[in-house]
Amino acid sequence: MSTDPASPLIRIRGLSKGYRRGDQVIPVLLDLDMDVAAGEFVALMGPSGSGKSTLLNLIAGIDKPSSGTIEIGGVDIAELSEGELADWRAANVGFVFQFYNLLPVLSAQDNVELPLLLTGLSSRQRAERARLVLGLVGLADRADHYPNELSGGQQQRVAIARALVSDPLLIVADEPTGDLDRVTGEEILGLLEQLVVEMGKTIVMVTHDPKAAARARRLVHLEKGVLVDEVGA
Amino acid sequence: MKGLPLAYILRNLWVRRVTTLLTALGMALVVYVFATVLMMSEGIRATLVATGQADNVIILRKGAGAEINSAVGRDQAGTIETLPGIASDALGRTMVSREPVVLINLPKRGSGKPSNVTVRGTSAVGGELRPQVRIGEGRMFRPGTSEIVAGSAVAAGFQGVGLGQTLRFAGRDWLVVGVLDAGRSGFDSEIWGDGEQMLQAFRRNAYSTVVLRLADAEGFEHIRKALEEDPRLSLEAKPERVFYAEQSEALATFIRLLGTALAVIFSIGAVVGAMITMFAAVAARTAEIGTLRALGFRRGAVLLAFLGESLLLAALGGVLGLAGASAMQAVDISTTNFQTFAELAFRFVLTPSIALQSMAFALAMGVVGGFIPAWRAARLEIAECLRAA
Repeated sequence: MSTDPASPLIRIRGLSKGYRRGDQVIPVLLDLDMDVAAGEFVALMGPSGSGKSTLLNLIAGIDKPSSGTIEIGGVDIAELSEGELADWRAANVGFVFQFYNLLPVLSAQDNVELPLLLTGLSSRQRAERARLVLGLVGLADRADHYPNELSGGQQQRVAIARALVSDPLLIVADEPTGDLDRVTGEEILGLLEQLVVEMGKTIVMVTHDPKAAARARRLVHLEKGVLVDEVGA
Repeated sequence: MKGLPLAYILRNLWVRRVTTLLTALGMALVVYVFATVLMMSEGIRATLVATGQADNVIILRKGAGAEINSAVGRDQAGTIETLPGIASDALGRTMVSREPVVLINLPKRGSGKPSNVTVRGTSAVGGELRPQVRIGEGRMFRPGTSEIVAGSAVAAGFQGVGLGQTLRFAGRDWLVVGVLDAGRSGFDSEIWGDGEQMLQAFRRNAYSTVVLRLADAEGFEHIRKALEEDPRLSLEAKPERVFYAEQSEALATFIRLLGTALAVIFSIGAVVGAMITMFAAVAARTAEIGTLRALGFRRGAVLLAFLGESLLLAALGGVLGLAGASAMQAVDISTTNFQTFAELAFRFVLTPSIALQSMAFALAMGVVGGFIPAWRAARLEIAECLRAA
């Protein structure tokens, strides 16, 4: 993904999304415009049904808009075919989920290696890179552990390592602290901040938690599919 | 398209190992039935083919099909003996055996149910023509007497045919003086006695067949042509192996078709079982599917992963079913060959071809049972899957 320092990494224009229920179309996002600069840490907040998760899914390329454009690094991902979008996600997006979404039958090491299977790296290169990233999140000694042998915080660290391993410019995080206690949640947020500050990653995070949102550099508030407030832009 | 690692597929099967094993056992039962049916068919074929010798020729009445339907008159047998190209034994005897073949009814051991047994009248040369036949116990019958020898399967499977016992048929008492070991050929299911004594006892004036040994392999065509061109002889010659292969064809084909049809019907149950297992796997791993798709794995990779699981399940079922079927090779069984109307003892025979066909059948069940759930898994929308977490 090429990035021009002068233009934003994410450029959203006239974005609308509706879901069909029988004959009716239920609007979720309405004519939304938004930019996110490279290296920003953006928190999306809003009540349930405000459209924040839908917006995150659209930015991550796992859903298609009804209308509008989503340019990420100069590529309008709304125009990509399903296969192209899959390849684009593999190369450019790292995912962090509320419930970690690790594959329970794979060890921490294998979970982290998973996105690298979609690259041309050799088995040895994949293993080395996964070990390195597990070290970055402080879990080098847990590489052979399976998810059920790890605490919630450790599982989320593995998930962050998995999001990081293919070196994407963009990381999307959906309630990354939603299943963690306060102390562990703080540690995870610290780790995400570190990714932005030390590695220049761009993070878009959905959260209900104002304390978590406060760790972001910019807070975007959505209500009924419309961007109503921005802090720190 | 990049796929998911085999370790992922294997570990998913291992994680739900009880379900995996039960589903595989269902498939194994079907493969067991499928393989044993083919083994039974092959056993019949192998037994009857082993009955014939490569350089023996059997001569029957034209269109007779089986020995019991055939008649070869004494004068015809005499003419056959004069044909060129027939081998002689060490004693200088022409290697020709005139043989009456008759069915008698005997009660089976255990059940007491009657079944047909082939009685063959033969001679010392007849024995020489079948080198696979040896005397296992006792001795050979003496020419010109009412002595008989019983094939090992007849001695073991029927009442009153044990060594030293007297058997009554054709209005005479026949003393069993020996038990034949015919090397698992069809002769194990026969009773042999002196050919001329049999003709008299059964009040026949014609033999059923004439069996001869060729002096050389090319001799068959000469004999076949000579019989065809002689208007006095309404006879046909067949290589003995071809004749016995034909004897097995109807029964072997019937068993194969009936058994395959049964196995296919049973397989519906196993396929439904596999389908339920795989649908349950898809339902339990919806969030996992969404995660894999979000990470960039394409629909095809997800389809292949689930289809791979189903195929591995089927392969496990195939191996278990084949292992069970393989144990059947130790079992002796007998049935009536409805081409000869006589009881035939045989063993289940597992060949590489049957093993391959059985594994292919198992994998076909895996594909049929796994494809729809795998296709469904691949069609799921990522965002909906992730909401299921």
